[in-house]
Amino acid sequence: MTEISAGAGSLFEVDARTRRRNAAETRFRLYGMAAVATGILALVFLLVSILGNGLSSFRQTGIELQVALDAAALDKTGNRNAQEMKKVTTVGYGKIIGAALVDGLAKAGIDTSDLTDKQVAALLSDEAPRRLRDMVLADPSLVGRTVPFTALASGRVDGFLKGRVTMESAKLDSNISPEQLAVVQAMKDHGMLALSFNPSFFTNADASELRPEAAGLGVAMLGSLYMMMIVLVLSLPIGVAASIYLEELAPQNRWTDIIEVNISNLAAVPAIVYGILALALFINFIGLPQSAPIVGGLVLTLMTLPTIIIATRAALKAVPPSIRDAALGVGASRMQTIFHHVLPLAMPGILTGTILGLARALGESAPLLLIGMVAFVKDYPAAPPQGFMQPASALPVQVYQWTQRADPAFVERASGAIIVLLVFLIAMNATAILLRRRFERRW
Amino acid sequence: MNIMQTPVIDAAVLKPRIAASGVQVHYGTNHALKDVSVDILDRTTTAFIGPSGCGKSTFLRCLNRMNDTVASARVEGKILLDGQDIYDRRVDPVQLRARVGMVFQKPNPFPKSIYDNVAYGPRIHGLARTRADLDEIVEVSLRRAALWNEVKDRLSAPGTGLSGGQQQRLCIARAVATGPEVLLMDEPCSALDPIATAQVEELIDELRERYSVVIVTHSMQQAARVSQKTAFFHLGNLVEYGDTQQIFTNPQDPRTESYITGRIG
Repeated sequence: MTEISAGAGSLFEVDARTRRRNAAETRFRLYGMAAVATGILALVFLLVSILGNGLSSFRQTGIELQVALDAAALDKTGNRNAQEMKKVTTVGYGKIIGAALVDGLAKAGIDTSDLTDKQVAALLSDEAPRRLRDMVLADPSLVGRTVPFTALASGRVDGFLKGRVTMESAKLDSNISPEQLAVVQAMKDHGMLALSFNPSFFTNADASELRPEAAGLGVAMLGSLYMMMIVLVLSLPIGVAASIYLEELAPQNRWTDIIEVNISNLAAVPAIVYGILALALFINFIGLPQSAPIVGGLVLTLMTLPTIIIATRAALKAVPPSIRDAALGVGASRMQTIFHHVLPLAMPGILTGTILGLARALGESAPLLLIGMVAFVKDYPAAPPQGFMQPASALPVQVYQWTQRADPAFVERASGAIIVLLVFLIAMNATAILLRRRFERRW
Repeated sequence: MNIMQTPVIDAAVLKPRIAASGVQVHYGTNHALKDVSVDILDRTTTAFIGPSGCGKSTFLRCLNRMNDTVASARVEGKILLDGQDIYDRRVDPVQLRARVGMVFQKPNPFPKSIYDNVAYGPRIHGLARTRADLDEIVEVSLRRAALWNEVKDRLSAPGTGLSGGQQQRLCIARAVATGPEVLLMDEPCSALDPIATAQVEELIDELRERYSVVIVTHSMQQAARVSQKTAFFHLGNLVEYGDTQQIFTNPQDPRTESYITGRIG
C-alpha cells in the first residue's frame, strides 16, 4: 500500500504541479484584463469619434447684421397688416437681407471686389430670410426700422469656422469659392460672425438636403417622446398583469409552458419582424396612418412586452416564498398577498426591467423604417391625443436619415443626434440603477 | 431530559378543538400522509415529532389549509374545527386562517414596521373599527407574545431590524392578532439560538392558557419540555399519539421507542 501524502518536500519550494497551476491562473487573469481593455478601447474610440464629430452641432455660425426693413418692399399697402404682409415671400426678404450683408461688409471695410452681390448673399443660409420673415410677421411694427438680426450662415461658412471646409476643399466645391472664404475670414477677424450655442438644433424640424445648418431634432425628439409615452402606458400594465397571472395565478400545465417558451422566444425575435407585423396589422389591416407615433408606439410596445414580462417574472420569483406564507398564514387572500406584499417588494425589479425595455425601444429604428417613420417631416405633430395620429420622426431614424445625406455637414448633425440619444439612454439607465440601489432587498 | 416537569393533563376536562379523521395527503403520486386520525385538545400544547419527511409538517399545514397553495397536493378525509369540516366547499380558507394562526420555521416578518406587521391581520379582516381599537389589538398581541416591553418605544421601526428571537415573537404576535383559537407552529425555534429558544418555549407555555397550540419540532427535548400531548409520525403514518409523559417514558409502539432512544431518525 502506498503512502498518500502531498510529498515530503520543503514548503518553501514550489513543485512543478503548483507552478503550472499558478501559471494557469496568471494566464487567465491576463485574458480577462485583455478582454476588458479591448472593451474599454472600443468604447473610448466610439466616444471620441462621436463626440469629435458631433459636439460641434450644438454650436452654429451666425452673422451679426443691421437689417433695414424697407417698408416699400415689405408692406406695400402701408397699414402693417400681417395678413397682407404675408404676400411678400422669403424671396423678398432674401433681397433685403442680402443687401444688409453687402452694406455691412462695406461699412466694415472688407474688400468684396472679387465677388458679385449674389455670391456675397450666398454666404447666408436659405433659412435666414425665413426667420427674418417670421420675425417681421410676428411684429409688423418693425417694418421701416433698422433692426439688429443674427442671420444663419450657410452650411459651408459654418463648416469653415468648424474646420470642416478649407481653402483647398473650396477649390473643388461648386457651393463655395476660395474668394468667398477669404471674405468669411475677414468677417471673422472683424467679429461680424461667430459660433454660438445652437438652440434650434433641439427645436427645429428636419431641413432639406441643401441646408444642413437649419436641420434640428425637435420633431424627432417629440416623436420619440410620444412613442415612449404610448409604450409605457401600454406595456407596463399589460406586462405586469400578464406576469402576475403567469407567475402567481396560472396553473402549471402544458399551455402555460408553451406560453412561457413563446414569451422567451419573442424577446429574441429580430426587431424588423415586428415592423412587418405592424405594417400588416396596424397600417394595412386596421388602417392607422403611416409615420404616426401611435403605430410606432404600438410596435415598440409589442417589442418591449416580452422584456418587461421576463423582468417582472424574475422580480416576482425573487420575492421569498416566506413572505407569501406569512401573508396567507394570517388570512390574506391571494390578491391581497400579491398586491400588499409581493408586488411592492418586486417593484424595483419591475421598474428596472421596464426602464431598460423602454431604453431599448427608444434606440430601436428597424421597425420604424417599415411603418414609414423614415419620412421627411417638416411640421410638429399636435399635442396628444391628436398628435399621436400625425406624422412624426424618431431619434434613431433621424440619425439613419442624416447619415444617408451627401453633404458632410449632416455627418456632424447625425453625430449630434447620436449624442442626444446616448444622453437619454444614459439617463434612463442611471434611473434604473438608482431605483435598484434605493430599494435594495429589505428582507 | 427532564420530563418530570410536564404536568399531566386530564383529557376528560378539555374538549377537542380539532378532530381529524382518516386524513390522507398526496403530492402528485407521492402518498405523503396515510390515514391520520387525531384529536387536538383545547388549551393544550400538542407536539408532532418524527424524522424528516414523516409527514408531520404536511399534517400541520392541512389544519389551516396551507396545502391549498401547493398545486399538486390532494387532501382527503375529514378535519373538523369546532365540529365544522374545514375542507367543506363552503369554507373560505381566508376565514379559516384567521381562526387557525400559523408561525413558520424561519421568522418571516413583513418588511414593514413592527406595528404594521401586527396590525395587518386585523386590518384585512376588519377587526378594528377605530385607530384606538387597532392600537389596543397591537398592544395586547405584542404583550401576549412577550415582546411589548422590548418594542413599545419603536413600533414604527422595521420588523426586519429585530433579532431572530424577537422576529419570531413578532410573528407569534402577528398570528395572535387575528384572535385565533388554534396556533400552529412549524419548527418555530429551529432558526433560533438557545436563549431565544428558551424565551419562545416559555411563551408557548403561556399561550397554552388561551389557545390550542400545535408545534412541530425536531427536538424531542423541546417536545418533552413544552407539550402535554405528543404525536409521533413515521413514513406518513401516525404511529402513536398520547400524553407526552407516556410517550417518552412508556411508548407502546416499538418504532416510537426506537425513535426516542435515538435508534432511528
